[in-house]
Amino acid sequence: MRNKWLWVASVFVYAFLYLPLVIVIAYSFNDSRLNAEWVGFTLHWYQVLLNDEQMLRAALNSLLIACTASGIATVLGTMAGIAIHRYKLKLLPVLVITPVAMPEILLGVSLLLFFIQVLNLTLGMLSVLIAHITFCIGFVAIIVRARLAGMDESIFEAARDLGATPWQTFRLVTLPLILPGVIAGALMAFTLSIDDFVITFFTAGVGVATLPLQIYSMIKIAVTPEVNAVSTLLMMLTLGMIVIASRISPEAIKGNA
Amino acid sequence: MALLQIENVTRRYGALAAVEDVSFSVEAGEFFTLLGPSGCGKTTLLRMIAGFEAPDAGRILLDGIDLAGTPAERRPVHTVFQSYALFPHMTVAENIAFRLKMAGKEPQTVKVGVKEALAEVHLEDKADCFPHELSGGQKQRVALARGLVNRPRLLLLDEPLGALDAKLRQEMQIELIKLQKNVGVTFVFVTHAQQEALALSHRIAVMREGHIEQMAEPAKLYSFPHNRFVADFIGHINLFEVIVKEATTGHLRLTASGLGEIIAPPPDGVKAGESGWFAIRPEQVCIGQRHDVELKNRFTGTVCDYLYIGDVTTYKVELENGTLIEALMANSEPGRARFFEVGDEVTVAWRHDAGHFLDE
Repeated sequence: MRNKWLWVASVFVYAFLYLPLVIVIAYSFNDSRLNAEWVGFTLHWYQVLLNDEQMLRAALNSLLIACTASGIATVLGTMAGIAIHRYKLKLLPVLVITPVAMPEILLGVSLLLFFIQVLNLTLGMLSVLIAHITFCIGFVAIIVRARLAGMDESIFEAARDLGATPWQTFRLVTLPLILPGVIAGALMAFTLSIDDFVITFFTAGVGVATLPLQIYSMIKIAVTPEVNAVSTLLMMLTLGMIVIASRISPEAIKGNA
Repeated sequence: MALLQIENVTRRYGALAAVEDVSFSVEAGEFFTLLGPSGCGKTTLLRMIAGFEAPDAGRILLDGIDLAGTPAERRPVHTVFQSYALFPHMTVAENIAFRLKMAGKEPQTVKVGVKEALAEVHLEDKADCFPHELSGGQKQRVALARGLVNRPRLLLLDEPLGALDAKLRQEMQIELIKLQKNVGVTFVFVTHAQQEALALSHRIAVMREGHIEQMAEPAKLYSFPHNRFVADFIGHINLFEVIVKEATTGHLRLTASGLGEIIAPPPDGVKAGESGWFAIRPEQVCIGQRHDVELKNRFTGTVCDYLYIGDVTTYKVELENGTLIEALMANSEPGRARFFEVGDEVTVAWRHDAGHFLDE
């Protein structure tokens, strides 16, 4: 590197971004109750974690909601993205994308009121699921539409011209071409869902806890290494997904697909 | 019965008529071209034949059967798009196989069909390449092979050579003629390049603002344009305002203001006293020194400009009354770029059966 200052600056930036994460990971292996000083290596906190019934249930809830919500949001969001692209409607993009720009707290409160006062729904897994799908659709739609935006429209016409029905055109041409965007959208929806706190907080009610809610209730008492351990696992899961997605479609991760 | 019949077809976008009351028919085996400037409605017409758009009025018949209500995917008509529209995630072979698979052909038939189609466009060695690995000319050929593989009744080509450079374009033109002859499929070709239309087509329809201005074989269109638009759009042409002095079966006597008398071939139904234009192509105008031109329509003038483009040089001559006329001369002498200089006194002349009277 020719420019020394550029080096220094980038080291600072990366340190700022990743040092907190490294500390979380490191202290999850620390053989001490406190996040204060390094005592020694242990897997004790992971063992505690595995025996923590509440935590496991919360993790399971989170995974279940994240998988289902991202799955459904991906299907609906992809459909919305294609519709926005194809029909050039003015109102549709506004309707689909507004939840993305809306403050989470607003969305949380309004969904809560909607569930209780309009739908008369008992808060629980279902209400959280619907809420997550609601805010994920917009993200998927934006990514899918961006993927379609640069594409030559005549490719889809060519498919029909060569005898493909609309469904065959979608399955054999449109979907393979937008797949990187769909995967990126699904990945985004999954990560947004699994770490969402604000909206979940409003829509979960008393019975259901997701991982973020569980972690929050734990650190109200104290930040234990167990929290570090669960955070580390969550981080590994996200990282693993990014690696997998980058294998499937490299351009989806770069975001310039 | 004609293979394709277009009957009084109209297509509007809001108040604007992209195609208005157009009728024509295309015979089986024909290479038919829709020629016109951008926005003349030629692509809209093509898209209606393909089934991507529906006419607001009129009928499109293929083999005598109205295509209205038949979606694009069920029409035995394929399109070669201007952008080629190859499927980027499929290999060349898969692109070509697409049509056969959609038609429900057996895997073995598909394989043989793809092989034959690749041979037709000389791309046997590119079967496993992806479109982004091909040159423009190769993509063009894949698009052609894909459109022809299932032998459609009609192949529509939307400015397919537009993206190629001049040299390659000429090569592809020759290849396109050969290919059409070999496969025997009827081509409807859309272009704004008049030279391309002249080189390729059996028949050309010149379009302007949603109408067909004239429909004829290339040589007829070039030599006998119906009106000033067609005359001007196809090649270069000299136009003089004239009045018909005498119209007989043998010839037309015209007077051009300040220039004198012009003898022209007689078109049908022209009467003495009519006004219009006399049109003559630069290559039909002979240019020479005073003594060496012996033709009936003779005028003297001064060379005021010239343009050397290699094979020929175009001279701009100002006649005695101030009218400008262009004359074209082949550069037959090696190393010589022009035979006349600016300021030279010359005679321009043309045969009494050359040129053309236009009343609109």
